[in-house]
Amino acid sequence: MKRLKALAATAASVPITLFGLVLVTFLIGRVMPIDPVLAIVGDRAPADVVAAVRLELGLDEPLYVQFWIYLGKLAIGDLGRSVMTSHTVWEDIKRFFPATMELATVAILFASCIGVPLGVLAAVRQGTKVDHTIRVVCLAGHSLPIFVLALLSLLVFYATLHWAPGPGRQDIMFDEQVPAVTNFLTVDALLARDWDVLRDAVAHLIQPAAVLAYFAMAFIARMTRAFMLDALAGEYVITARAKGLSAARVIWKHAFGNIAVRLITIMALTYAGLLEGAVVTETVFSWPGLGQYLTVSLLNADMNAVLGATLVVGVTYLAFNMLADLLYKLLDPRVS
Amino acid sequence: MLSRRALMFTATATPFFSLAGEGWADTPKDMIVIGKAIDDIISLDPAEAFEFSGGEVTGNCYERLVVPNPANPDEIKGELAESWTIAPDGLSITFVLRAGRKFASGNPVTAEDAVFSLVRTIKLNKAPAFILNQFGATKDNVETMIVATGPLSLKFAIAEKFAPTFVLYCLSANCGSVVEKALVLKNEVNGDLGNGWMKTNSAGTGPFSVRSWKASESVVLDANPHSPLKTKPKRVFYKHIIDPSAQQLQLQQGDIDIARDLLPDQLKAAQGNPAFKLSSSPRSYIMYLCMNQNVPVLAKPGVRQAIKWAIDYNGIQKNIVPTTYAVQQSFVPAGVMGAIADQPFSKDSAKAKAMMAAEGVSGFEITIDHYNGQPGSDIAQAIQANLAEIGIKATLMAAEQRQVITRYRARQHQMAILSWGIDYMDPHSNAETFCVNVDNTDTARSKTLSWRNSWQDADLTQRALAAVKEPDSAVRATMYAAMQRDHHQRSPFALLLQSTEWAVMRKNLDGFKLAPLSARTMFDQAVKV
Repeated sequence: MKRLKALAATAASVPITLFGLVLVTFLIGRVMPIDPVLAIVGDRAPADVVAAVRLELGLDEPLYVQFWIYLGKLAIGDLGRSVMTSHTVWEDIKRFFPATMELATVAILFASCIGVPLGVLAAVRQGTKVDHTIRVVCLAGHSLPIFVLALLSLLVFYATLHWAPGPGRQDIMFDEQVPAVTNFLTVDALLARDWDVLRDAVAHLIQPAAVLAYFAMAFIARMTRAFMLDALAGEYVITARAKGLSAARVIWKHAFGNIAVRLITIMALTYAGLLEGAVVTETVFSWPGLGQYLTVSLLNADMNAVLGATLVVGVTYLAFNMLADLLYKLLDPRVS
Repeated sequence: MLSRRALMFTATATPFFSLAGEGWADTPKDMIVIGKAIDDIISLDPAEAFEFSGGEVTGNCYERLVVPNPANPDEIKGELAESWTIAPDGLSITFVLRAGRKFASGNPVTAEDAVFSLVRTIKLNKAPAFILNQFGATKDNVETMIVATGPLSLKFAIAEKFAPTFVLYCLSANCGSVVEKALVLKNEVNGDLGNGWMKTNSAGTGPFSVRSWKASESVVLDANPHSPLKTKPKRVFYKHIIDPSAQQLQLQQGDIDIARDLLPDQLKAAQGNPAFKLSSSPRSYIMYLCMNQNVPVLAKPGVRQAIKWAIDYNGIQKNIVPTTYAVQQSFVPAGVMGAIADQPFSKDSAKAKAMMAAEGVSGFEITIDHYNGQPGSDIAQAIQANLAEIGIKATLMAAEQRQVITRYRARQHQMAILSWGIDYMDPHSNAETFCVNVDNTDTARSKTLSWRNSWQDADLTQRALAAVKEPDSAVRATMYAAMQRDHHQRSPFALLLQSTEWAVMRKNLDGFKLAPLSARTMFDQAVKV
């Protein structure tokens, strides 16, 4: 019964949170000091054209009526049409979000696979040269501006060593070579069994994902270190050591097992953060992702696009939060 | 001996190196790849596209009845029209189309297509429609004003007499492009005259046709096999690259053939590099400082002129924008009929102070709205320093461009630094906006730049409206020259700079050069040798 109640409470919080998100974004969009009509008709359009478009967009209605109309459309899955791309916002999201998701997924995999072992190592070797080295590496990850790292990476791996392809999601030779089924280029290439496109897509993915991963890795490594230090000081670890268990068993089974739950939350939220779109990385690597879409739309007061993209980010955040909560309950028997 | 750790590292690194091992080839020989920020495109329908990148794409996919001669923009030449006759009363122009011209679909061009195209622009009434409807055509009467008079001839009626050059220049704008009626109507949805489909497709006679447009990613154009221009590249690929450094790197690596948005320092480096060639063209885009006449102190003529004398035009050009802008102090940009080379103002703080003193003003505080990107911010700071020298304390109000324009259109600014691009190659385009203000009320239909600064000069308004009707081109040119000289002395605009666009290309690319109008920057003769 308790579980059912908790589930119902969680389920009820989702629409309330999303409603709040849409309301706030809508209001910000409407009070923003940019005329949304400008994005459509430009600066030179005569007054009657401006007035006609204003009418067409429903901007002459009171704010609450505009919001009500938007909610009505949202209820039937109509996110409206983007001014900047001429497509429906839903079509845009289906194209831009997979690009971001592909990048973020590879980045979080890199970040976790490297960050967690580094964090554990730093904790185990606390105060040694290893710990200091890892700290410096992580500090650089936090402090180096991402555009500097992205450009340096391009300069070294693309322009000098020729190890990596240039910016973009794929080489122009492969443009439209595989049908866009999922819009995840690697998946579409796999579905089409086109290995050249797959190889090209993976090659284009590695460099921006690695740059993005560096920052996520720095955060995950520092958090892992902090959690591990806490765990290693625990009495159960001292007991385990006193029992004569191997160091590896003490570290990975006893200490790490206890921090895994907290780490999952950290990784889930970092992943959700990456999914919001890393605007700078996407800009330098000409990656057509959600971050760029959201930024361009916002600067042009393309409010349907901004609202749609914000909603996607919000849903993603909520989904990952809920997933983290679920995993928390599964992994930690103390959490009911 | 290979340790277990080294073996693991090698195994992990191998896929990375194998992916990179073969290197990344140059672009294909029959394809031109352009690196450019193309996120300003909102439509590829010539009746709607009004931005630089969209104008360039549509310019390559469509032809108009007439176009400015690229060698001499003062002259109009026929594109789809073989000849034209102006009625003795000046109230209509009859065009005769060239025979045998075909759309990209292979269908022949008829007068009916040309009539449909012009009627469609007016009926759709999108942003550029004002260029054509200023001749009196409305949604209701356009079908009687623009009519086919034969399979290859059409008559364009004009409600009142205008200078023929003005009418022809307006028809040479992108919104005068000829589209294939049958194909457009086949894709019509809910009476949109095919606008939804035309946003992402093309139906023209230009040297290329649109293969695809992926917003914020790419535009791909395929050669039109029916174009009489014998298009050389099979494909043109616009790659959306926002970051100029990324453009530069890709140009160096051969991943793109032309970089369009390099910064002044990068242009300087490219100029001395034998691996690259450069093309530049003055753009009809003018940066100016304006003074809202609703602010009492700015309404004093002596103060306005003092501000013009306080600015260090040459210093700004040389130190901030040495390659990408030239000093321009008149409202008709260089390269357009009626342009003058006068530069009456130069920095003279003592003279400026004396002019202020003559108005009884020793100094005041003011705000300047400006675009927060470059070079707008640096130029605003330079002007702020110049004004401080004559006792004007200017507070800079940096904002996103559309935010600045929103305030400007609502006349909420005091002073502002903005840019204005000519809409068509006729001087009236700028004369109208910089001089004409017939209704200064908030509900005025025409919100010209003069209106936005609450400035009314009945004399210049009348002269601008008279010049557009003068049939003799030479007389017209002298009228605009005189207006610009008076504008220097009376207007609340300090015209500052005219932009120059640069393209850096790899040395093996021939046959491409930039044109003053984005719609005339063509790729049909570009070839890699």
